[in-house]
Amino acid sequence: MKRATLMILSLIALPAFADDLRMPAKVNPAWKEECGSCHVAYPPSLLSAANWRQMMAGLDRHFGANAQLDPKVREDILAFLENNAARKEAKHSAASLRITDTPWFAKEHDEVPAGLWKYARVKSAANCGACHREAERGDYSERNIALPGYARRAEK
Amino acid sequence: MKHVLTFALLALALPAAAETPQQMITGYSAEAARAQPGFAPSAERGREFYQRRFAVSDKMPNCAACHTDKPTAPGSHAITGKAIKPLAPDANPERFSTISKVEKWFKRNCSEVVGRECTAAEKADFIQFLIQRG
Repeated sequence: MKRATLMILSLIALPAFADDLRMPAKVNPAWKEECGSCHVAYPPSLLSAANWRQMMAGLDRHFGANAQLDPKVREDILAFLENNAARKEAKHSAASLRITDTPWFAKEHDEVPAGLWKYARVKSAANCGACHREAERGDYSERNIALPGYARRAEK
Repeated sequence: MKHVLTFALLALALPAAAETPQQMITGYSAEAARAQPGFAPSAERGREFYQRRFAVSDKMPNCAACHTDKPTAPGSHAITGKAIKPLAPDANPERFSTISKVEKWFKRNCSEVVGRECTAAEKADFIQFLIQRG
């Protein structure tokens, strides 16, 4: 009984997508710096370890840009990504290695009207911060979503 | 002797002092002068470089593609849309304060936009333009 109560309590306490979007308690500073300058530092939990390994092995051709790192820094970041990668591989893998091509991303964003992706402010689905106002801090909660042309969710 | 030791210990204990844009201009100018005796940095040449369309990359034909025509204004990444803080040190004091970071970005952005590494002379002119804006 006690165990059941605990389980129920933990369900209430956790936000719905905690498993997918949890940011590691201890963030790797090299990761934040190196993976967060051209785009938001995407949470490691959004891709499988296999996908991260493949990504970090091809940084010289990183989605059309050369993002090569010093080998030591690369190893350090890869270890952080692997340790905090998605556990549910199928939901968080894409042949393209794009988080936006994973089944998880499609499901999470199925309510977003198609036209919104074309706003100048959005530019790319990779631009989390266009709608997730606190993405920079790793906060993707619903109450901090502001869709372009719409009122903030919290105010509706 | 004791003095030297104190000094050495002090130097070890203190964090490396932040570098300034002016120090970087001086460093790059000295390097440029070895190939080109009498080299003096020019904000005017720096401006021309900042605005020049290299057209090596479709989406990033020049510096302004991400940093806008006004280096004091915030920009946004031409591909990802991520916000970029102003490049000019008077608008954003974090800029040109760490040489390793400056070298990293010159290396990346020059190969991406210019299609090759930038020369020390170009770097000196570039920073001169950013602090003085010709």
